[in-house]
Amino acid sequence: MKPRVAFFDFTGCEGCQLEVLNFNLEIVDLITAVDIVEFREASSDHSDNYDIAFIEGSITQEKDIARIQDIRSKAKVLIALGACACTGGVNSLKNYYPMEENLKLVYGENAKWYKTIPTRPVHGVVPVEFFLHGCPPNRVEVVRLIKCLLTGKKFEQCPNPVCVECKLAENICAFERGEFCLGPVTRGGCNAVCVTAGRKCWGCRSLVDEPNTNSQKDLLAKYGLTVGDVLKQFRIFNGTLEVAKS
Amino acid sequence: MTTKTVNFTVHHVARIEGHGNIIVNAKDGKIEEVKWEVPESPRFFESMLRGLSYSDVNFVAPRICGICAVAHATASIEATEAALGVKLTEQGALIRELLFDAETVTSHVLHTYFLVAPDFLGVGSVIPLAATHTDVVLRALRMKKFANNWADMLCGRKTHPISMVAGGFVKWPEIEQLKSLKEALEGQYMQDLDITVDLFKTLKFPDFTRETEYIALFRPDKYSFIGGAIGSTDCKPMPINDYLKVTNEFCVPWSTAKFTKHLRDSYQVGALARFNINHDKLHPKAKKVAQIFGLKAPCYNPYFISVAQLVETVHAVENSIMILDKLLTKGIKQEKPEVKVKAGRGVGAVEAPRGILFHDYTFDDDGKCIAANIIIPTNENHNSIQHDFEKLLPEIIDKPQDQIKLAMEMLVRAYDPCVSCSTHMLEVKFK
Repeated sequence: MKPRVAFFDFTGCEGCQLEVLNFNLEIVDLITAVDIVEFREASSDHSDNYDIAFIEGSITQEKDIARIQDIRSKAKVLIALGACACTGGVNSLKNYYPMEENLKLVYGENAKWYKTIPTRPVHGVVPVEFFLHGCPPNRVEVVRLIKCLLTGKKFEQCPNPVCVECKLAENICAFERGEFCLGPVTRGGCNAVCVTAGRKCWGCRSLVDEPNTNSQKDLLAKYGLTVGDVLKQFRIFNGTLEVAKS
Repeated sequence: MTTKTVNFTVHHVARIEGHGNIIVNAKDGKIEEVKWEVPESPRFFESMLRGLSYSDVNFVAPRICGICAVAHATASIEATEAALGVKLTEQGALIRELLFDAETVTSHVLHTYFLVAPDFLGVGSVIPLAATHTDVVLRALRMKKFANNWADMLCGRKTHPISMVAGGFVKWPEIEQLKSLKEALEGQYMQDLDITVDLFKTLKFPDFTRETEYIALFRPDKYSFIGGAIGSTDCKPMPINDYLKVTNEFCVPWSTAKFTKHLRDSYQVGALARFNINHDKLHPKAKKVAQIFGLKAPCYNPYFISVAQLVETVHAVENSIMILDKLLTKGIKQEKPEVKVKAGRGVGAVEAPRGILFHDYTFDDDGKCIAANIIIPTNENHNSIQHDFEKLLPEIIDKPQDQIKLAMEMLVRAYDPCVSCSTHMLEVKFK
């Protein structure tokens, strides 16, 4: 029997689901290999019976907690899809302000009608089997994970920092261009897409497993920057990580 | 006189971007409640952008929406340029417009083929169509993929853009890339569009009208998607900086997304609003397509938003071919965008696929954001959807419940709401 796959969205921009729709011709092959039973952005069909659940978005409301626990209880495999699900993504920026202040700023005197809780990644509430990092996640990596699940192969995260892929792409180092890049400590797997497109790395794929912090310190010293500068920059996509909170 | 009792809730309306609910409650033919409810979790972007440098603001703000990220990036950058007094070169403006056309095309193709067409073909999604209407699905995928690649080529990645910045782009396309884009647009893409028009021509759109105020960007010289003034069918054009006088956002307790109104109870934004205001400036082929569908301004049928999107898709492709001609004649210079940081406030306005979008930022002396306000087209349409519901439901209350449900869901989908922007949308509750 084909595995039943469901997609669920919490707080986020739904760009990750869109990346899945953007597999385009590949998606037709994938659709025939699995049963997509829930994909609200693209389909009105609905089911509570699924094996693999992809979760997009972060947990930011009290009612999200029961919903994700319910999904967890039904799914054999839970996959965090994209930065918001994996680390809280840009949603965690709100954690650096009191919740009342966030509400007041957006809703003014009607703030009392609405509720919000500090942003949490999915694994901050329930166990997660696989993480597809990135804002947005890398399409090739998403397909690779699905193939691994279908064939029973082991899925492994990219072990290298973005820097390695950036050098393979023969980019001029972003630091050389006067940018402040998080490539040295960020998990690769994105082909250094942002540096290749002429910018820098913002760390959306979170910390690589064994970051070479010494090399980063040397780099920082070379360009007159401090560890504080790095951490503040890491907050944009990784505000829930301990390192970003100081 | 009907004695019908209808109670339903469509919880999380499908095939829209985000979450919304439709609530209907009618007893003995008397409508007690009809409500468009938006329970999307609030995002707090206006709060989160505070403290970020202007360039980080431009990188983070598109994360409001995965579908219209280029529109958000453009509005964000336009606001930043207005605040910092940055001037865009002619080449920068042309590429920005060429990229924006790709945004319009991808979004409209996604919406008409993937989100709207299944209703007319009697299926829940495009997925079963892959078996029954393989050619249609393959064409839709091809058209979408092409427009996606077109945007990727110009900004590094459509979701979310990388190389577009205040003052232009940090990476410019190669002449060869522009040449092959032009060739493909004039050839295969126009052919696919012709077939698309033929296909949608056969669909019967529901007959429903509600006259309202329509608001869209206005420029005397062109069908504007970036900048200009705020046009309305009810009054003279207004400056972009006065957007707050137009949107008048207000909260309703059942919705996390804000509602808006201007001169009437509600106003509509999006493809039909743009068409009603700017139809005389459409390119020739787009005008012809409007004629084929019998779309004439002013059109008061919201189901025709999808038709206006098709017309705009053709217009955007024609427009891009003209831009490409200019770029290919002039060649591409390796310009370097320059920004001098200063304190200031600026407003940017663009026509996102779903309607007029405003970003408004204030920066301090170091170029750090100290205040942000963002008004999203989907929010502007919530109130219009609500008022459409109030007129539509009595007209169809005698129909079977599943038909009422479908008509209301199709209406919501016609607006192409993008609720993660506004915050998410569509559940229908028949209580």
